[in-house]
This record gives sequence, C-alpha cells and structure tokens, in this order.
Amino acid sequence: MSVQNALEVRDLNISYKVPGGKLRALRDINLNVPRGEIVGLVGESGCGKTTLMQTILGLQSSAAVTESGQIMLGDTDLLTLRPKQMRNLLGDRISAVFQDPMKSLNPVLTIGRQMTDIQFRHNISQREKRDRAVEMLQKVRIPDPESRLDQYAFEFSGGMRQRIAIAMALMAEPDVLVADEPTTALDATLELTTIDLLRDLQQDIGCAIIFITHHLGVVAELCQSVNIMYAGEMVESGPTRAVFDAPQHPYTELLFNCDPAQIPERTRHLPTIGGELPSLINLPPGCVFEGRCPKAFGPCAEIHPRRVQSGGSDMVKCHLRDPEVPQ
Amino acid sequence: MALYFIKRLLLSVLVVVIVIVALFLLTYAIPGDPARVALGPRANAELVAEFRQRMGLDQPLLVQLYNFFTSLLRGDLGRDAVSGEPVLNTVLSQLPDTLYLVLGSVIVALIPGVLLGILSARYRGGIIDRISSVLSVSVMSVPAFVIAIYLLLVFSIQLGWFPAIGAGTGFWDRLHRLVLPSLALGLAWIGYIARILRASILEEMNEGHVRTARAFGLSENKIMFDYVLRIAILPMITVLGIGIGQMLSSAVFAEVVFGRPGIGKLVFDAIISRNYPIVTGAVLVTTIFFVIVNLAADLLVAWLNPKVRHDLSR
Amino acid sequence: MTSPADIPTPEPAPEPATAAPVARRKGSFARLVSDPLGALGLFLIALTVAGALLAGLSPHDPVALNPINRFLPPSTDNWLGTDNLGRDLFTRVLYGARIALTVSIGATAIAMITGVAAGLIAGYGPRWLDNVMLLLFDAMKSIPTVMLALLLVTVTGPSVYAVLLVVVLVNAPAYARMARTQTLAIRRAEFIDAEHALGASQARIMLRHVLPNIIGPILIVGAMDIPVVVGIEAGLSFLGLGVRPPTPSWGSILFDGFSYIRDSAWPVIAGGLPIVITTLGFTFLGEALRDTFDPKLGGQK
Repeated sequence: MSVQNALEVRDLNISYKVPGGKLRALRDINLNVPRGEIVGLVGESGCGKTTLMQTILGLQSSAAVTESGQIMLGDTDLLTLRPKQMRNLLGDRISAVFQDPMKSLNPVLTIGRQMTDIQFRHNISQREKRDRAVEMLQKVRIPDPESRLDQYAFEFSGGMRQRIAIAMALMAEPDVLVADEPTTALDATLELTTIDLLRDLQQDIGCAIIFITHHLGVVAELCQSVNIMYAGEMVESGPTRAVFDAPQHPYTELLFNCDPAQIPERTRHLPTIGGELPSLINLPPGCVFEGRCPKAFGPCAEIHPRRVQSGGSDMVKCHLRDPEVPQ
Repeated sequence: MALYFIKRLLLSVLVVVIVIVALFLLTYAIPGDPARVALGPRANAELVAEFRQRMGLDQPLLVQLYNFFTSLLRGDLGRDAVSGEPVLNTVLSQLPDTLYLVLGSVIVALIPGVLLGILSARYRGGIIDRISSVLSVSVMSVPAFVIAIYLLLVFSIQLGWFPAIGAGTGFWDRLHRLVLPSLALGLAWIGYIARILRASILEEMNEGHVRTARAFGLSENKIMFDYVLRIAILPMITVLGIGIGQMLSSAVFAEVVFGRPGIGKLVFDAIISRNYPIVTGAVLVTTIFFVIVNLAADLLVAWLNPKVRHDLSR
Repeated sequence: MTSPADIPTPEPAPEPATAAPVARRKGSFARLVSDPLGALGLFLIALTVAGALLAGLSPHDPVALNPINRFLPPSTDNWLGTDNLGRDLFTRVLYGARIALTVSIGATAIAMITGVAAGLIAGYGPRWLDNVMLLLFDAMKSIPTVMLALLLVTVTGPSVYAVLLVVVLVNAPAYARMARTQTLAIRRAEFIDAEHALGASQARIMLRHVLPNIIGPILIVGAMDIPVVVGIEAGLSFLGLGVRPPTPSWGSILFDGFSYIRDSAWPVIAGGLPIVITTLGFTFLGEALRDTFDPKLGGQK
C-alpha cells in the first residue's frame, strides 16, 4: 500500500444472495483515497455507491457476500477484521455522515447524550466529554452549544442536525470520513454553507473524505479527484480538473451533459439518460454501458473493456480509449 | 399536544358513560320484576309496590337513568341483594386479591416475554427466534382456564407442590398460592409481549439513527438497550395496558379453579345466586379500571416521547 | 380470551387493497401446506372435523347415565375412560366437537356479517353517524371480554345464544373497523364518483368494490378469531353459563372433571385436550394464512 493513501479499495467484488441467484453489486472496484484529500464518488442511484459505502464501514447487510478484494486502512485490511475489531476503528479512524439528517440522530436521547456516548473509548470524565462535545458544536457553528446539548434532535433544523452529525463524525479526528450525500436533503443555501464548513474542518483536521454525491457541481467545488461508478463498476477515475475538462468515458460525458449546473432549471436529481441499467444477475458479456451508450461499436457488446489510462484520467474502462482495440 | 391529552381523557369519560348507559339498559332488560327479584317471591303486592316507589322503579325510563347516574356519582352502586351491604363495599373488598393475581400475571408475562422478544429480534431467524415464535403462538391460543386446570392437575394434585384452594395467609403462603393462578393468566401474554416487542425492535433497528450509532462503533448491546429499546418498548406498553384489563376479567377462571376470593369469583357466585346488583357493580368497577389502565398506558407512551413532553412544557 | 384484533397491529393500508388476488391464488394451497405450521394446523383441524363427523359411529350414548361404570380408566372399550356419571368420555368429546365447531364457525360468521354491515354503514353514512359508531366500537372494546360475557349471560340466562351474542359483540367491532376503513378509501377513490354519475345504486357499489377488497383480510382475521371463539364457548360452558347440560361441550366436560379432579384425572384430560388441539389448529392455520396471503396484516415477518 502506498503510504500517501489513507484508504485504498482493491479489486473489490461484492454480491447479494437473491432468489434468482447472485446479484453482482460491485465488480472489480478500485478506489484510492489519498491522505488529506477529498475524493468524489459519483453515480446514479443503484450504481453501487451505497453498497461500497456500507462495505467500507463494515455495515453491509447480512445478504451481502464479499467475493474478493481488500479495503486497506493504513496497513489493515478491513475485510479481514472481526466485527469487534472493526467496531474499534469505527468512529475513531473511520467515521461517516449520512444523507438524511432528520433520521440519523436518535429521537429520544439528547444530542449531548449521543455526543458523549460516542466517546466511550476515552477514559475521561463525563464533564470532560461534555466539554469536548461543546467544543465540537462550536466548531460547526451551533450557537449557544452548552444549553443546546440538552435538547433533542427534533428541536434543531435540518441544516443544524447535519452540522451536528458532522461534529460527531469529526470529533475523534478520523483518518477517513465517508460522507454519503450529506447535502442532498438540504436546500441550496444550506448546501453551500455545509460544504464550506466541511472543507474548513477537513483542512483543520487533515482527514481524507470520500464524498458520495450525484451533484457534479459539488464535486467540482470540493474534490481533488473524482470516481465515476456505473452499474457496479468504476468506469472512470482521475483528477477532478482533468476529468471535467475532458471526460474520457461516454457515460461521464453524458453525466456532464445533464449536470444541473449546465442546464437552466436546477433539479435535485440527474436528468435520466435513456435506456435501462443492465441486469446485475445475468450480466452481459460486454461493456455494462453498451445498451445506453451512444458511441457503442463493434466489440462493445461482446468484450468487457479493460482498464486503460487515457487523456487526463488515471483510469477509464472503454474500448474507445483502448489503443489495442481497432477503432 | 395538550389537545391530545384532553381528547384522550374525554374519550375515556365518554366510553365509561356509554358503558354505564348500556349497563342500565341491561339491568332494565333482566327478565322478571327487579322488585320481585330483590324482595323474593314471598313478598306481598303492597310491599312490592312500596319498594318500587322507594327505588324509583315507577318513574319514566329517563328519570331512572338520571337517578342511576347521580347515585353512581355519589359512589352508590346499589345494595347487595343478599346481604344488603352496599355493592361498592363488597366489590372493593374483593378487588385487592384480584389485583395481586393480576400483578403476578403481569410479572409472569413480562419477564419471559421481554426476554424472548429481545433475544428473537437480536438473533432473528435463528433457533431461539423460531422456537419463540411457535411458543408465542401456542401459548396465545390455549384458553387460560384449560391451562389453569392442567396446572392444578399436575402441580397441585399429582405432584403436590402447591396448595389447591384459597389465597392463603401471610406473605410467603400468599405468594406460594399465587404462583399457579398467575401462570395460568400470564402465560398467554408472554406470547403477545414477545411478538410485539420483536416486531418493534426489528422495525427500529432499520432506522437511520441505529446505523449512525453503529458507524460510531457502539456495541450491539449498547445500541439495543440504550438506543432501540427506549423506543421499541412503547407499543408493548399499550399491549400491556390491554393485557392488564383482560387479565382482570379472565381472573374469574383462575379464581374459580384455584378457589381464590376475588372479583371474578364474586361475579361468578353472584350470577349463580342471581344477585344482579353485584354483577353490574363488579362489571362497572372492572370496566372503569380497564379504561383507566388503558388511558394511563396511552398517556405514559405519549409522555415517554420527548417531543410530547417538550410541546407540553411550552 | 383476547381477540387478536385487540392487539394494535398496523392497520391495513387505507388504499384499495392490492389488486389481482387471482394471480396469487395459484398454488396457494401448496404454499400453505409447505409451511410446517400451516400443515400441522390443517391436520389438527382435520382431526377435529373428523371427530365431529364420525361422532355418531360411537357405540356409546353421550348422555346416558351409567353410574356403576364411573371413573373408569381408558380401555379398549372406553378410549378415554368414563366420567363421574359413567358416560364414555371419548364419545362425549366427539359430540363436543360438533358443538365447538358449529358454535365457533357460526358465531364467527355472524360476527363477520354484522361487523361488515356496521362498517359499511359507518363508512358510507353521514359523518356524525360514523363518529357515533366509532365511539361505540371503542366502547365495546373497553369492556373486558369475560366481564361482558358474564353480564350478558346474567340477562339472557345460560344458553348457546348467549355465547353467540357475546362473540358478536366482542368480535364484530374489529370487522366493522376493517370494512369502514376500506369503505372510506373506496369512497374517496374517483371511480366511485364515475359510477355514481352512471347511476349505480349504493348497494351495488358497496358489493362490487368494498367486499372484494376486504374479503381476504377479513377471512384471515376470521380464521384467527375462531380459536378465540372456541375458548369463549368452552369457557362459558365451563362456568356453567354456556351450553346447557346434558349436551356435551368440552367446557362442561372439563368442569365436571374439575369437580372430581381428585377422583380421576381422565375427565380433565379428555375435556382439555380437544380444546388445545382445536385452538392450536386454527391458530396455526390462521398464522400460516396471514403469512402466505397478507404479511401486512401482522407485521411480524
């Protein structure tokens, strides 16, 4: 493992047991998360982002089967850890912020109680844990944190709840923060302030962030590198600037064409690309995007594209960019 | 949210009023002349007429209903047709024994029920879950009096471990004699409690806040007891409220089988001796008790919700 | 004696029930039997039904007294022994099955019809009527089952009809609520408006649209109510307030046995066992039916 990576996913294959057989949710996923960088992970709903996030956090459903691969955090392969060992890392070296701030906090426990509970590893007094919680709430700009600690989640606005979730996630100064669409549920203004806050805190703490989103504007603003997922595969990865300037994969290109930032009416969801996702139970032999790809040609339906380096992108999976495929 | 409390309270009062009217109409419908019934077949016509006038039985129906209500409000449920004692006194004197029995049954139901509910949710689909689900359904379906008789047969008659008759004297003797009747009434509710708790735990486990807690590495025990049960216990409280009322009324079986004094035995004997004031009085007291327990359960559930508490304190 | 309907379960969704029961009907019996509990339930019920049907084949008279033969233990002649009056217990149990099955199925059917009718009226009638009926349903649920039964028996005197009345009063509100919810949902749906415009009669609308949508859940709840009713009948007869002697009811067999429990255990065993078999049978079947056809109803699996 290269020392500059905080987290590295290698050739990860995950499938689900389903009545019709095996649903191959993630196939040969590779993801590099360099120390102190923010890495974007983009794709439509159902592309496997959530499965990948759950696997990294060790929170996958019981129906999920890890076929092969490694998830390296420093020198540790998370996939070889027993649940108890994994729990030891969660909230300490890896944390997470989830999408829905309305549901991600416990409704019947005070914010203070939840914030002290998660410091269970630290052998300090309740008073000190509380002070630490106040300090974190100050950092995420919650006014009057001392008294608000005794309030319940429903007494905060959605934006505040998400800031509290961020405060909790960064309290232990983790190496890696997984942020699963943390701003999708917020309105545009709140989204901007939340992103600014996240970047400030990230620079302050120096952690790496995996930022999962389907909002490309946020990626451009926040992330140093970007990874595009489609139907359980990573189809393109590279430095944000390079990928945005010259997308190498036809899917990436299509995503940009229907990016909310580029079309007049701002929408929450990516406008759909025609066609349907392939069945992940009976995978087609060729490229997974072939059915919807405007540029599909000879080999696309038959041969699975390999990973190549092309343009400014580090990795792209497309026959168009493969020098060994006759165009 | 205060509105909810008021509405809930009014509903309970209304229900009690309806039950009282129904009781009144039923007493009216009892075959035979109430005066004849009260005075016995040998009373002469003059005496009967005098009794009717004294009791207001010659008044129009609505006036009688009004009188019925006003005397109820004064705590007057009429007089025992046999002993002449006020009905309320007789009924209340029998209440404690039945309440001990209900308390015993609640303990019998609650401890294994909660344990099974938690274990079968925690190890969902596992062997405990499967055994617990069949067990729950089985104990729920077999009537209490059948269980009571079999317990009596096996543990009192055959094995001689428990005395068969009476409520006993002194703490330990009473406790000893409470075991079998409590088992008979409580067993079925183990099933109800285990099922409702399992279902609400599993539902709560899918909530986002549980995922957050897991993402911070909190242990499964911590999550279950501090984060999930606090919420999952609420539907169980409602079920327990219903259960207490039903146990109170099924107590008649345990009291008859184990020869215990109590409300149920009182009503049973009163029906046989056609002592109607006792029957209606006891039904009224149990119903009011049932309504109060359910109301308390609902209010407790509301109060345990911090959102409700918060809204009320404003 | 608590009806499963008393326990708060998620109410069936108010939208018109899922369409195409026809598609699900295929192979449903096979699915039911493949559930071990469902198969066991059917077997236990078959046992009870066979007993009720074949009761007449017994060489013994269920009511004739024969005091010389009292408290006989089980033998090839008296399979479950004899009771305190020398009557053959096995024969009495078989005849008891007739009472138990007719009363429980009959009473459940009457409760169902009454309840659905009341629910349709509440759902279709004016708003005030709906509120009044809801309150009545609530009030009825607020009287503990056994107390209600004892009270009614006080008025009517012990009889099978008292049992029927109790069952209707206790169980009908649950059916009424289901019918009411569905009626309200259908009433809101637009296609009813369209039929109104076409001049369809109210009765026709109710029959055509409400009944098909609730019949499934109602039958499942009915199956789960039957063991409760078996319990009510046996329980009242046990207290001497139901079926009149000498007609054999499992409850009265049990009570006779209880009175002489120190003389012989067999009458008690003979009276209780069929109650256990029948209630377990119908409960297992009801659970399996629910899991197979309407998992929503229970929210358990």
